[in-house]
Amino acid sequence: MATSIVIFLVAAAGTMALGLAFKWVDRKVTAMVQWRVGPPWYQPLVDIIKLSGKENMMPATARGTGFLLAPVIAVAATAVAAAILWHGLIRPGETFVGDLIVVIYLLMIPALMTMLGAAASGNPHAAVGAAREMKLLLSYELPLLLVILVAVAKTGWGLRLGGIVTAQAQAPVVWSISGVIALVVGIVCVQAKLGLVPFDLAEAECEIMSGVYVEYSGPSLAMFLVARAMMLALLPLLLVIVFWGGLYTGAWWGYVSFVGKYVLLVALATLIRNTNPRLRIDQTLRLFWFGLTPAAIVAVILALAGISRGLTWL
Amino acid sequence: MALKMWALRKSLWVYHVNTGACNNCDIEVLELLTPRYDIERFGMLLVGSPRHADVLAVTGVCTRQAMPRLQEVYMQTAKPCVVLAIGACANAQGIFTEAYHMGTTVDETIRAVDPGAIIMYVPGCPPKPEAMIDASVKAMGLLKTL
Repeated sequence: MATSIVIFLVAAAGTMALGLAFKWVDRKVTAMVQWRVGPPWYQPLVDIIKLSGKENMMPATARGTGFLLAPVIAVAATAVAAAILWHGLIRPGETFVGDLIVVIYLLMIPALMTMLGAAASGNPHAAVGAAREMKLLLSYELPLLLVILVAVAKTGWGLRLGGIVTAQAQAPVVWSISGVIALVVGIVCVQAKLGLVPFDLAEAECEIMSGVYVEYSGPSLAMFLVARAMMLALLPLLLVIVFWGGLYTGAWWGYVSFVGKYVLLVALATLIRNTNPRLRIDQTLRLFWFGLTPAAIVAVILALAGISRGLTWL
Repeated sequence: MALKMWALRKSLWVYHVNTGACNNCDIEVLELLTPRYDIERFGMLLVGSPRHADVLAVTGVCTRQAMPRLQEVYMQTAKPCVVLAIGACANAQGIFTEAYHMGTTVDETIRAVDPGAIIMYVPGCPPKPEAMIDASVKAMGLLKTL
């Protein structure tokens, strides 16, 4: 019990620190791409401290409970997801059955809470943002679940994160045709889940004034930003665990390659963000439903065929 | 408290309010984000909502139509906040003073709802980006004394 509490606290605080560090990497790389200098390394942390010290305003039209509770639940859900993911990565032998499903649910909660908070704020811009966030959620969840199914099928139909990691000790899921398709689709879904630029239509700054976050100020906004920073650290970690073998402890280079894969996925998210324009909601839906979902289905079929014929490369 | 003020000085988020400007000052405000001036070096960001902002960058003459809106935006901004009155018009209504469609000046409009508001004046038509950076740095110095 005591160990679990310590693991939870360390994982939550560590993920927050890591997420803020990645947020700085994101802003710095963006600045370098645009030939600017960019903010100093402590900037995301300073932003959070500043917002915590500011006034927390509530609009007269808002429903107080939902409006103030939503950011708290968003941070809490990401913290729990962080604890489960890091635990599954570091001690794969001690995870519980079905923790993959729990993580997927917990990682969906920040988006749900964003919608709840936006709807509770009673602002028309926020309502438009919440509607877009909902459509975005409906478009990316299906392909994401399908590509995770590929990994689950290829690692022996187990729903334990630890089982998925240990089953990839010989060869990770991505060393196969279906695995490569699954990882590529997964990266695009993660981009949408993070709300980064091709898919940031829920908080489009110029059209709907930060959309879902328009009425949030001070500590509530800080909590949403913390939840988003933690997601920036967690979703690439989920991809590494599920598709890329997690932390391979069999050899000394396991740790090094883990850090390399992790940083590569985060850098990829930043580069996609900097080289793409924002998509409209209909373009987003078309991309996910008619582009990525069929690709994910093909990956599932290939994976199932590979299992039944005993071909690990398929 | 000292930590809070330090963080506020290091991370000023700007919301841009146009109260009837000719778009000249607005272009100069956007210039601050470009590679040449890159105000993000100081942690400053242009945000989309006054609720997120620490600095209101007000441009324009403050017409009668814009007056109540400016007051509303000021009251919606989370305190503590600083107002930057940018350009000759925002400072003293410029060449439009005593015209039929004028409200009060930007500082009087804001002081009508909050007598203790912190207002920085950036004169010029339009002011140079260097002048705006100077005003931002002075605003940070002023926040230190709060």
